[in-house]
Amino acid sequence: MERFAALVDGLVYTRSRNGKLELIADYLRTTPDPDRGWALSALTEGLSFPAVKGSTIRNLLMERVDPVLFALSRDFVGDTAETASLLWPKPAGAVMPPPTVSEAVEALSRMTRVSVMSELPRLLDRLDPSGRHALLKLATGAMRVGVSARLAKTAFAQAFGVAVEDVEEYWHALGPPYAELFAWAADGAEPPNTGEMPLFRPFMLAHPLEDAELDLADFVAEWKWDGIRVQLVHAGGETRLYSRTGDDISHSFPEIAEALSIPAVLDGELLVRGAHQGGEAGGAASFNALQQRLGRKTVSKKMLDEYPAFVRLYDVLILEGEDLRELPWTQRRARLEALMPRLPLERFDLSATVEVGSFAELAEIRSGARDESIEGLMLKRRDSPYVAGRRTGLWYKWKRDPLLVDCVLMYAQRGNGKRSSFYSDYTFGCWDGDPDEGADLLPVGKAYFGFTDEELKQIDRYVRNHTVNRFGPVRETDRSLVFEVAFDSVHESKRHKSGLAMRFPRIHRIRWDKPAHEADRIDALRALVRD
Amino acid sequence: MTAPFAWIRPEPHGIHVAPANCWIDPSQPVANALVTHGHADHARGGHGRTIATPETLAIMELRYQTREGGLPAHYGETLRLPGDVSATFVPAGHVLGSAQIVLEHAGERVVVTGDYKRMPDPTCPPFEPVACDVFVTEATFGLPVFCHPPIEQEIAKLLAARERYPERCVLVGAYALGKAQRVIVELRRAGHHDVIWLHGAMERMCRLYEELGVPLGDLRLVTDAKKEELRGAIVICPPSALNDRWSRRLPDPITAMASGWMRVRQRARQRNVELPLVISDHADWGELTATIEEVNPQESWITHGREEALLRWCQLHQRRARALALVGYEDEDD
Ligand SMILES: [Zn+2]
Ligand SMILES: [Zn+2]
Repeated sequence: MERFAALVDGLVYTRSRNGKLELIADYLRTTPDPDRGWALSALTEGLSFPAVKGSTIRNLLMERVDPVLFALSRDFVGDTAETASLLWPKPAGAVMPPPTVSEAVEALSRMTRVSVMSELPRLLDRLDPSGRHALLKLATGAMRVGVSARLAKTAFAQAFGVAVEDVEEYWHALGPPYAELFAWAADGAEPPNTGEMPLFRPFMLAHPLEDAELDLADFVAEWKWDGIRVQLVHAGGETRLYSRTGDDISHSFPEIAEALSIPAVLDGELLVRGAHQGGEAGGAASFNALQQRLGRKTVSKKMLDEYPAFVRLYDVLILEGEDLRELPWTQRRARLEALMPRLPLERFDLSATVEVGSFAELAEIRSGARDESIEGLMLKRRDSPYVAGRRTGLWYKWKRDPLLVDCVLMYAQRGNGKRSSFYSDYTFGCWDGDPDEGADLLPVGKAYFGFTDEELKQIDRYVRNHTVNRFGPVRETDRSLVFEVAFDSVHESKRHKSGLAMRFPRIHRIRWDKPAHEADRIDALRALVRD
Repeated sequence: MTAPFAWIRPEPHGIHVAPANCWIDPSQPVANALVTHGHADHARGGHGRTIATPETLAIMELRYQTREGGLPAHYGETLRLPGDVSATFVPAGHVLGSAQIVLEHAGERVVVTGDYKRMPDPTCPPFEPVACDVFVTEATFGLPVFCHPPIEQEIAKLLAARERYPERCVLVGAYALGKAQRVIVELRRAGHHDVIWLHGAMERMCRLYEELGVPLGDLRLVTDAKKEELRGAIVICPPSALNDRWSRRLPDPITAMASGWMRVRQRARQRNVELPLVISDHADWGELTATIEEVNPQESWITHGREEALLRWCQLHQRRARALALVGYEDEDD
């Protein structure tokens, strides 16, 4: 536990992403199994111990410390777990040595609502303040050390010199404490077998197309749809629908999950059918219609009827046991076209390619596109394999409205007037390089409009739950929420560290589905500077 | 006088000793001032006459060019003031020259601590508890979360960071009066005899400490160093210089800060501190409460800091206490 506590403290005090990566990688390399696996779980999805609640910690303290002194201390420290770790009274008599992480995890998972009141104190008695802090953070599942799951996985990849995409892929096949993942990465064992499981495979991503023209002999053009990029997987008799972040969203779209019974991994855009808000009848509705379906735990019949979902397919990764990812795009496309007749028409269609003679013609088609559900064009190298992540030179996205960038929320400030109880002013940033190589976010702008009252409430709640630091009315978030920011223009500016300033930035859309490391880089924004 | 302790009154600008026509640590210029120690929230320039320890007078002279009107009071020496008041200066263990002021009048004894601590400090004599009727105490770290660890442990952390990153330097933010010199002496005691590099604002106070008999070893100014020389070195600067342009000349500094506030993570993060060192020249919660029990006053008056929690503790322990609303006192960057 002492090493884990030192890691947690190190992460609290280290600002740079690189520094955090080093700390985690060093810990993972030098800590034995299964402690490092539990620690990794704690840093990523968080471990869950239902017996330990925030109120449990308060109640334990109330039995030991005067409530007024506790309240004054809590106000000053700003965090219940930390306050408790500092106020915990020294146990009388001899104590056992500190528990290991696995010992603590085992003990915590055995605790019940009743036994926690006597068993958690026994663990706390064995630790120093820093150990108690780490234990309470681990037990309540809220580490809040400014480390995203992605960063932890990147650190894992760095620690053992493996590809982060492979880590992502195997990750979903395994559970804490990830013994097989360490055996593979650290000791060179066979990779975990993922064939019979409905697992998420990391998406292939595109770079924004900047000034270059592409040769259409090498590249094929395809519409880019304004829905949610999804991956649909059927394996071992189960079907799962995954979002960009690898979250399982099958329960929100049961009609899609039911519709695939061929063992396959498909890449496509999730859309809602209908004429809502500008969509063509029978075609895809606008993104707003899709919003109605997102984030729901249960789906009513009315929802299913009014907003029927379907997937517009882009690609096939695996088909009936055959991994097609190494094949060129043209061959995968042929396999996908051949597959279409076997899929229910109601739930699947094929994203059409755009056949044109010249690049100029393509530019014209792009700017003339009127369909609300078209976000722009994709340009894919005809011979490109399907590789995880954003590989240069293979896929490009060419958005219809170029003045949109995906930024990461960094700070939120309370608003004025009737918004004074909400965090409604947002500072967001873009990456100054490859986030997986240790790049950092630099602020690029501030916005306080563009969202609905309902969305404001949602963002406010998000900010409160993802605060890592407070400065008066300002909260620093854990940098996990992506905003699609619209703006009129962008200029060079000496006043900002990023060297850029946006005019009239506004929140165009909240990308709850998008992982922060996929947000845009400063370079993408700089490419939009027109002077 | 009928009411007990009516001869000594807390006013917004200091503690007024009426029969002697003098003030303790006044925040405005007065005719006669008794000053506990040289920190800015206790010692100001511009008084007619200032009574303080010789060390405090020297510090005040350095900081405020107060040449005239200084009247030295040695530790243990009792001064007869007008109005049948006597004052004795007793070590407070806070910084060089710091004193508690023991006032006696009409058979009543009041001790004003100024700031104090109970942990050992090689740069000044230790706090001496004096039994009294009224104990006027500070409460800078008056919350039960504050527990300052032994300084050796924090110094070891500093030396370990230096060892781990020989290509970088460790930049320690430390209050220029007291904290900086204590850290330096403790580093020497831990066997670190290399040059310690100073920010310009530290130089004069360090020199004064040496003149007053506290040897600090080989100190040099950062402005005189080549960047290469600073790799693997320890540099000390005022806390305000930690994040400013000045530190850009240093080779990839590890930002450390020596302060009791570093006990709380949020405080360290607010100042971008990577290496928090919990080193304080003030009493922590345990020292504050144990000292009240030890001197066992009829009443405790709490001057500055987190009075509310210490008041609550007194109430829980059936001790009479009140918080004084003094102006001009602030949390020292400690
Ligand atoms: Zn002081
Ligand atoms: Zn003070």
